[in-house]
Amino acid sequence: MKQLALVIDLNVCVGCHACVTSCKEWNTSGTAGWMADENPYSKDPTGTFFNRVQTFEVGQFPNTETVHFPKSCLHCEDPPCVPVCPTGASYKRESDGIVLVDSEKCIGCSYCSWACPYGARELDEEQKIMKKCTLCVDRIYDETLPEQERKPACVMACPTEARLFGDVNDPQSEVAIAIRESGGYQLMPEWGTKPANHYLPRRKASITIHEDELVRADNPLKKERKLPMPDDKDPTLDEITSW
Amino acid sequence: MSKPIHDPLSKQVDDASRMEVKNTTCYMCACRCGIRVTLRDGEIRYIQGNPDHPLNKGVICAKGSSGIMKQYSPARLTKPLLRKQGSDRGESDFEEISGDRAFEIMSDRLGHLRATDPKKFALFTGRDQMQALTGMFAKQFGTPNYAAHGGFCSVNMAAGMIYTIGGSFWEFGGPDLERAKLFLMIGTAEDHHSNPLKTALSKFKRQGGKFISINPVRTGYSAIADEWIPIRPGTDGALFLALTNEIIKQGLYDREFLTRYSNAPELVNMDEDSSEYGMFVRFEVPHEEGCFEPQNKLWWDRGLDKPISTHTPGADPYFLGEYKLDDGTPVKPSFQLLVDRVKGYTAEWASEITGIPEKTIKRLAHEMGITARDEKIELPIPWTDTWGDEHDTVTGNPVAFHAMRGLAAHSNGFQTIRAMSILMSILGTIDRPGGFRHKAPFPRPIPPCAKPPNDPRAVKPNTPLDGMPLGWPADPDDLFVNDDGSPVRIDKAFSWEYPLSVHGLMHNTITNAWRGDPYTIDTLMLFMANMAWNSSMNTSEVRKMLNDKNEDGEYKIPFIIVADAFQSETVAFADLVLPDTTYLERHDVMSMLDRPISEYEGPVDSVRIPVVPPKGDCKSFNDVIIELASRLELPAFINADGSRKFRDYPDFVVNYETAPGSGIGFLAGWRGKGGEKFMKGEPNPKQWEIYEKNNCVFHYELPRSYQYMRNWNQGYLEWAKRHSLLRYTEPINIHIYSEVLQKFRLAAQGKSDGKQPPDHLRERVETHFDPLPFYSQPLETQQSDLHKYPLNAITQRPMAMYHSWDSQNAWLRQIHTFNFLNVNSKTAREAGIEDGGWMWVESMHGKVRCLCRYSEAVEPGTVWTWNAIGKASGAWGLDGDANEAKQGFLMNHLIAEELPPSADGDHLSNSDPITGQAGWYDVQVRIYPAAEGEPEVSSPQFETAKTLPGQAVDLKRGRWLTYFAGKGGKT
Repeated sequence: MKQLALVIDLNVCVGCHACVTSCKEWNTSGTAGWMADENPYSKDPTGTFFNRVQTFEVGQFPNTETVHFPKSCLHCEDPPCVPVCPTGASYKRESDGIVLVDSEKCIGCSYCSWACPYGARELDEEQKIMKKCTLCVDRIYDETLPEQERKPACVMACPTEARLFGDVNDPQSEVAIAIRESGGYQLMPEWGTKPANHYLPRRKASITIHEDELVRADNPLKKERKLPMPDDKDPTLDEITSW
Repeated sequence: MSKPIHDPLSKQVDDASRMEVKNTTCYMCACRCGIRVTLRDGEIRYIQGNPDHPLNKGVICAKGSSGIMKQYSPARLTKPLLRKQGSDRGESDFEEISGDRAFEIMSDRLGHLRATDPKKFALFTGRDQMQALTGMFAKQFGTPNYAAHGGFCSVNMAAGMIYTIGGSFWEFGGPDLERAKLFLMIGTAEDHHSNPLKTALSKFKRQGGKFISINPVRTGYSAIADEWIPIRPGTDGALFLALTNEIIKQGLYDREFLTRYSNAPELVNMDEDSSEYGMFVRFEVPHEEGCFEPQNKLWWDRGLDKPISTHTPGADPYFLGEYKLDDGTPVKPSFQLLVDRVKGYTAEWASEITGIPEKTIKRLAHEMGITARDEKIELPIPWTDTWGDEHDTVTGNPVAFHAMRGLAAHSNGFQTIRAMSILMSILGTIDRPGGFRHKAPFPRPIPPCAKPPNDPRAVKPNTPLDGMPLGWPADPDDLFVNDDGSPVRIDKAFSWEYPLSVHGLMHNTITNAWRGDPYTIDTLMLFMANMAWNSSMNTSEVRKMLNDKNEDGEYKIPFIIVADAFQSETVAFADLVLPDTTYLERHDVMSMLDRPISEYEGPVDSVRIPVVPPKGDCKSFNDVIIELASRLELPAFINADGSRKFRDYPDFVVNYETAPGSGIGFLAGWRGKGGEKFMKGEPNPKQWEIYEKNNCVFHYELPRSYQYMRNWNQGYLEWAKRHSLLRYTEPINIHIYSEVLQKFRLAAQGKSDGKQPPDHLRERVETHFDPLPFYSQPLETQQSDLHKYPLNAITQRPMAMYHSWDSQNAWLRQIHTFNFLNVNSKTAREAGIEDGGWMWVESMHGKVRCLCRYSEAVEPGTVWTWNAIGKASGAWGLDGDANEAKQGFLMNHLIAEELPPSADGDHLSNSDPITGQAGWYDVQVRIYPAAEGEPEVSSPQFETAKTLPGQAVDLKRGRWLTYFAGKGGKT
């Protein structure tokens, strides 16, 4: 069955937040909009985002990793947010596996966000409607857009191409290959939610130097040696023989 | 059943009849990506990266995606404002005036200054990219007192590299990550040239390259580095010199490259009694002097064992040794002098200074050297060098570097960057695949041809300045000083205090003008520069100076004009405020005459065209300059009969030529009557329209054989001359040894004729103008009590904010609402400071109360915070109690704009003694917890700024912002 999802490559994500605000600008004026901001120009501003980047440190100095971690709805194959919804507003599409909220049915009770172990849902405090990543469902099937732009806004924006998009259940897709070959993993698989979004881990490159690589016949310093030339008065064969 | 809200087939919100799409160029930062703006009912629906743009190829960043919120920010200024009579600066008591009245006030005042003493008018601009126009305005006005923000940004990077390899990073050149195998990034600002670098980094990593980050802090790009090497701030020079030492010791330098393309084997006069001491020996004096290096130096040939003209076919010079010319002059190849210089700079020595283990330094040197030597790239591209030799291939050594402010913003930065440039050069990586590559119009001759005036008589009433306001001194006689050696410029640029201050010293202008040293001025015009806040060192005192009066009640700086699109902290200190447009409302050019967006493959320039109408009475600063220049009847802006020459800025861009009939103008694309020419050609009245049709960008891709080795590429240099990018086709050899610096040293030693430094500066000039790089502690560090103030304090730039610009942006301010001081957990614990607790950070100049954040991603001797997140209360359209003002803080209060008095002078700038680059990162601090009961608010605090008349407060919608584009929408 088709399951659209994002595969996020933590090996190249630099934490620039392009995905965060490109998502917001597309969706605030779209069918999922608006995405309200509370206290936009005063103390403690907070707003609705479908996608956020968290940055945290791992390890102790100097062996520290700084990890940028983009997080949005993982479009679980077995989404715990769906069965808890009392009105049926929270649903998973059979056609492509996207988990959506029908805003006209949503009563803002927040059961779904409590059920989501990933904290991926955000209640729009102004509209009192639950909101979340739609995988830009209003872009990806829009035939008025050029084909290469039928992607989520975050995927189009990402300067490092850290966000791959496609059908994770199609073994030939870019995302399935990335998961298979680059160690793609799910968040908290033990919860049995079968998140569709995957993450690719950090991969480290290193250079191996062999000691003998420092020893070379063509070392340029050898060109600086003047070849030793005996003085005219130094002994030669002439002193011992006359042939 | 009701319809799901996310109906993929519904086009109800984006009905085609309501939509409009326009291309322009972003300016949420100086990266300047191509953007595509979709409007719905005239309001901005969506800003995306333009997929057909060569710079960003469709991607966009957090700032670019938030352009909507900049456009509709309540910080927008919309009316020209005049400070009310009787009110003080800083109080924001203004009255609205008409645009015409504003121009009358300016032209009366400035007209008088121009007719009497043009240097009483000073124009300093911020992070704009229109220096070609503003510089030209200053020159035409006749004032030398002009600069942009480079002096307090990264002039060391520009100058250190350009005086060495004829090019520099960022707009001028960069790392070729497509071909590199090893990449070293040292202290890079992550809000600059960001998208192309991010894209390249990602590709580089996916290709399996090794990325090493050298930085006291691991954040941003460094997070994905394969190896993080923490380093103590200001010690990078020591590291580069030790790496150079080890690379030479192991014979890992590219001898062939250095022989042909640098001055490494050229013979230097070692006769200490000679006036030519330390200069290259020459076999003849050239017939023609020009802005190029004549090929008249000598090598010592290995075969003949005697001196020979450089580049003689078949000759092979010694790099090491000591020789005697026939006339008895002792000489050494400059490479030998480099070896002598770095001999003491061992890995062990550098380890002590930098905090990097000795074996890491050695390993780094070996990784660089062996990768450069053994992973050679051979591109099958034939090319011909300037000596006429044909090459079948272009060779590359795939070790790339990138660096920026982390190196630049130290007072030892120029020599540090010289050291880095030399390291890059000995690895054979200059304008070669996998290494460093130039972007047009670079490379330039070393130094570039433009010169400041060298005589105070260049400043005359009602006359354009005789010379460029900014330029590149080649020897002491190029300095812009009075007969007694004192500075001509208000910022003391091009004086003996900072001889190679090629971008000026904006950061000292207010202090100097306030003190009247070297003189007082009348009018200070600031554009897009937040000098009353994050752009000034010593912010609190500078704010007082701006408001300080003489005994007669007159302000020490009598008249201040500020042009800005937003209610920045500086606006409050203006006498006259000019509301600028946003980037979405204006025409602009990213010109070849300025800082274009060229690619490695060839020149690129681009334009902005308005996608929405200007708000209120906003006028773009470009148009302000054209209008003012026309009213003042500056010669380049009027016809022979005295009538006005240019209607407005777009008209100026199309029709202006650098000289009548020169064919060189602000835009390089589609010149000639019908747009058939490029780079050079007569004005084309349809130029704007053609740019608009072509994604607002012109990109000329050079033939492949002209894309590399451009310092020495005959084809490229001839092409560049033919298209007026360069005046000469002489090779631009790398200055391993800098004769330019030696000339200043000889002057300081009293050994040369020509201009001499005042006696009190002789030692300073002699010390710092060393023709070979050396390591010394930053000046302020030398004058600091390191026991009392043991820590370094620096700032970093977050990728989602550009300087102070984005706190007015409702979305971006949610990403960085306020800042912490990040302290290594161990260091913080030792100081008794809690994670998340209030603390003090104190330097010898001032102290700041702020919040502490424990971190393992910072070396223990450094504390850091994000730059310019803290704001003055009430500025930038924010409420007085916004987090930016109450929890956010500015490091600037800890940093002085002047060094403590010393034998060299009482009021020397806290800057590099060569270039005048502001030493932002030299400050030494100590930290301690805030006492119990102290207010939980950052310190210092300032009185809440008032909202200005005409400020777009209608956009401040109370508790909720519910943006939905289109007037038929739901807002």
